[in-house]
This record gives sequence, C-alpha cells and structure tokens, in this order.
Amino acid sequence: MYRSQRLGLKYLGASVIMFGAMIAFGVLSSIYYIQPGFLVNIFNFNSAKIIHIDGLVIWLLMGFIGSVYWFVPQELEREVDGIGLAELLFWVFCAAVAIVVLVLIFVQYGGASQWSMWFINQGRKYVEAPRWAAIGIVVVAGVFAYNVIGTAVKAGKTTGILTVLIADLIPLLVLYLDAFPQLTNMSQDLFWWWWLVHLWVEATWEVLIGCIMAWTLIHMVGASRRVVESWLYVQVALVLGTGILGLGHHYFWIGTPRYWFAIGGVFSAFEPLPLLGMVVHAVYDAGSRHLQAANRPAFYWTLAEAFGNFLGAGVFGFMMTLPQINMYSHGTQWTASHGHFAFWGAYGCGVIAVLYLALEKSRGCDGIDGRAWKWSFALLNLGILGMAGALLVAGIDQAFFERAVGGSTWNAYLSMQGRPWFIESMWARFVFGLVFASGYAMLVYDLLAIGKSQRGAIPQPIATAGS
Amino acid sequence: MRYTEDPLFWRAGAIATTLFMSVVLAALTIDTLRQITPGGARVPSYDVINSSISYEYSPDRGEYVPAIGGEELLFGHRYTAGEAARLIAKGKLVIQSRACIDCHTFFGNGAYYAPDLTRAWLDPVWARYAGPKRADRMAKFLMDPFRLGARPMPNLNVQRDEAEAAVAYLKWMSAVDTNGFPDRFGAPGVQ
Repeated sequence: MYRSQRLGLKYLGASVIMFGAMIAFGVLSSIYYIQPGFLVNIFNFNSAKIIHIDGLVIWLLMGFIGSVYWFVPQELEREVDGIGLAELLFWVFCAAVAIVVLVLIFVQYGGASQWSMWFINQGRKYVEAPRWAAIGIVVVAGVFAYNVIGTAVKAGKTTGILTVLIADLIPLLVLYLDAFPQLTNMSQDLFWWWWLVHLWVEATWEVLIGCIMAWTLIHMVGASRRVVESWLYVQVALVLGTGILGLGHHYFWIGTPRYWFAIGGVFSAFEPLPLLGMVVHAVYDAGSRHLQAANRPAFYWTLAEAFGNFLGAGVFGFMMTLPQINMYSHGTQWTASHGHFAFWGAYGCGVIAVLYLALEKSRGCDGIDGRAWKWSFALLNLGILGMAGALLVAGIDQAFFERAVGGSTWNAYLSMQGRPWFIESMWARFVFGLVFASGYAMLVYDLLAIGKSQRGAIPQPIATAGS
Repeated sequence: MRYTEDPLFWRAGAIATTLFMSVVLAALTIDTLRQITPGGARVPSYDVINSSISYEYSPDRGEYVPAIGGEELLFGHRYTAGEAARLIAKGKLVIQSRACIDCHTFFGNGAYYAPDLTRAWLDPVWARYAGPKRADRMAKFLMDPFRLGARPMPNLNVQRDEAEAAVAYLKWMSAVDTNGFPDRFGAPGVQ
C-alpha cells in the first residue's frame, strides 16, 4: 500500500470522527427546539449549531481529501509527490480543528473587534472558524493541490478524471478565500458569501464527488473508463452549466436586482438534470448487475448517493427554489429540510462508499457483506428521511402561517414556534436524529469489524506497492 | 468510433459550457455590485439612519418596499456620513462577533431558531415605541434581554456602545430594497 493511501485512511478515519461530532451537536441542537430555555447563557443554540454545521463541512472535506489520497497513487501508479509534508499537515489540520472546537465550546464569542474575527469566531454561517484556522485550511488545501498536481507532473501523465479533479481544485481553493473578508454591507457580504457556499456545494463539490464516484465505479465494479469519463464530462457540463447561474436563486431577497428572479429560477429548474442523469445511470448499472457486487455496502452506498443526490439536492431543492415559492419558504425549516437531505445524499453517502472500498482493500478482504452494514444503511437513511420529512412539515407550516398569513413579524415567528404542528415536527426531528445516531454507531462498529473477525469478509494477502 | 463515443467530444462541451457560464456570471456580478453599493439604486447610504423608514405597499411594483421619510434621529444624534459609516461598520462587527446569524436570519439567510432581522427596526414589537424610545428600548433589550414567546434571547455581554451600533445597523438594513421580502410585513391587521 502506498503511503498516500495510508494517509487517505487517516483522513477517512478522522472524517468518521468528525461525522460523529457533527451528529452529536446536531442532536444537541434539536433539543433547543423542544426545550425552550435549554442551556441558555451556558451553551447557547448558536454555539451548538456552529459546531454542527462546521463539523459537517470538515467531515466531508476530510472525506474528500482522504478519498483523493486513496485513489491518486492507484491512478498514476506512483507515490504522491510531497507525501511527507502532507502527512505532517494532517496532524496540523486535526490539531487546528480540535483547538477551534474547544474555543467554540469554552470561549464561544468575543467583543466587537478584529481580535474576535482572528481568534474566536467570524460569525459567518459555515465559515465561523476564526481567521487563523481559515488560513490553516488554505495551507492544507494548497498542499493537497500541490500533492495532486505535482504527482501528475512527476508522472508525466494524467487521466481524464484526474484532469477534471485538478481543474476543480483551483476554484475550490480560490473560492475559499472568501472566508476572510469582513464586509459592512450585508448585501455585498451575502452576495460573496453565496459564491463560497453555493459555488462550493452546488458546483465544485459536485464535480469533486463526481471524480471520486468515477474512481469508485472503476475500482468497485470495473466500469469502463471510457464510459465513466464521458459521463463525468457530461456531468461537469450539466452541473456547471446549470449550477454557476443557479447561484441566482440565492439572490432573490438580499438587495440584488430583480433580473436574478428569472436567471435563478430558470437555471435552478435545470439543476436536477445532472442528478437525474446519475439516477438513470445508477438504475441501469444496478439492474445489469442484479444488485450484486463483491463489496455490497460500497455498492449500495453508491446507489444511495445517486438517489439521495437527486431527491435531496435536486427534488427538495427545486421544490422551494422558484421565487414565487421561495418568497415564503426562504429562511424556514423548509430550507433546513433540503439542507439535511442534500448534504447527506450528495456527499455523505459517497464518502461512506469510499470508506468501505478503501477498508476492503486495506484489510485484505475479497468483498464485504454481513448484517451490520445493512442495519447502519437502513438506520442512517431512515433517520435522514425522517428528519427531512419532519423539517419539511415544519417548514411548510411556517411558510403558510408565519410567512403568508402572519407577515413574518417577530410575533408571527414566535407564535408559530408554539403551534402544535411545529412542536410535533420538532419532536419527530429529534427522534429521527436519534435513529440516525444509532445508524452511525452501527456504522462505526461495522467499519471497525471489517476483516478482523471474517464477519462477512474473506481476508486476502495485502498487495504492497510503493514505499 | 462515433464522435459521441469519444470522451474528448464531451470534454470540449464541458469546457465550453463552463467558460460561457463563468463569463455571464462575471458580467452580472459587475452590474449587481454596482447596484448594491451603499448609496446605489437598491441599498441606501449609511446616513439613512438619520431619517424615518417605513415599509409600504407599492401598487406599481405589486409588493412592499422601504420608504425613506423625513428626519428621525437615532439616539438623538445627527450622524455625518463618516460617523454613520463607522457606527454601522461597528454594528456589523457586533453581529459577527456574537454570531447572531447562527440563531437569526438576515434577508432570510442564517439559522432558523430566532426571528428574521431584515425588518427588525420596523417590527411591531419595537415600532409601538414612539420617537427616540424605540432605539433605546432595542439597545436595552440587546444588553439585558428578556424572554419573547418561545425563545429566550441569551445575554451576550453586549455593551451600550455595541448595542447602539447594532441598532443603527438594523435601522439601516430595514431600508434595503429586498424585492418585497418579507411579504406583507407589518401590513394592517398583521402583528
């Protein structure tokens, strides 16, 4: 096994830990909705929420980085360039994440000063991490880009998938620089903030996971590289062709001009197309293989990624994105419903598929099956469907009663939070959050057990390569 | 091999599509930034905090729009353009340092645990206080919050100067033209 692949496994392991932290703080966040006054002035809702959503970003980023470190040496049949620096930065990254979490738990916030922005909390959703930590992420991402590009240069060759990945790393890194400015004008602040959030999540991350899933298909079921690469290019054309101007659906209400109604509405309507293409292809592949593969959990999580991406990001996103609907759905739990389902379907399932694939190879198994993965698969997906459903009911309730009827005043908002339908939805979200957490526990158990007790796996000698 | 079976054909399509959409986005960005600069067509200059602001239905546009009226001083002070800009810059720092957006929403963006603050300055909870009392009540609430309905607002150790800056920020923000969002806010019969 290459050193880069060992590093990939470390990143994937760290990603699973951050996944757990995200779930823990997510369940904690859900309690505030059903117990008004919970931990007020001790550990306020916003602190729990920050660790929940930033944990989401970090576990997925670590999962992506780990996946790439796992696949790149196989793709180019050589060790990754600058692997020593990458290994060092893994520990720096982990230490930085730990410090940020501790600061967010024990310090929480500071005064109105640049000091707070640099060392405590930047107070911008998803990029709350203080600037010093954001610089750290830039350094890690820069070395990661250097590793990938440098290896291709040293190898003197590239492949279609790797070329797409390299092209994607540049905007991925450049867009993250938007995590630093502290703009006074909220309209401009949100305008640029959406460049980071939307163009990461609905453009560059989609391309990145597309590359990772392309490699997964090649290594998991021996898919034809020519077909996979053609599909990847079609995906890139559709994702970026619709997603770049799909950015407009975030520009309806932040002070920006009215032409974004038409641009955002039309291109958002097309955004599910590439995701639908993935589903069509997944159904075709699954049918042609009669739902059988040596690594069954990786295969099923890949299918879940295609369906989850289409339903969570595509259907749930489109459902609330036309301006005529968004006027009332925007900023309600409807958005949270879409967010939960989309992140899980588009990215979470894909990272778990790679985890199973990497563990199968690294632990010398010839295929994986058993009962534990089925339980975790069922509980995690049931949990997310339940949470997305409960939040959708709460959001629709808000859209009608708080927004359309109540006019969005503070009283309209506060009385909505006390309505039985809303409270019941929040309880349902909490319960399904616990179901999701139990699925996570089963996932961790299964990942630890693979290859160790021959439970559902056939150990084989590990092939070694590289240094 | 037919050209559709050649990955390079699809690669050319992906590159062309991406470049075209990026150029269109760049052009729209330049125009949008021009329109949302303070003092521009849609975002008021910061010294709007010296004026009265309301949210009224426009029959021409078919939606609610902010209306700027005569002088209505904030905290009894008439701010120059420079003073107003500095005060509002500080207000934004208060909002970010306390991570307000991770409970509230601004223009509908943020967390969904507490009310939207887009038109907080105009909200009936505060607008019932006449004249200079409104700003003072809001500042005192930020410094020593009390429970409103199902949501207790935490005490975030906000100092008087920080509270005044945050209130100024909310007043300025209430004058931004948001294409009618939120709809019917504070309309007759709506509380």
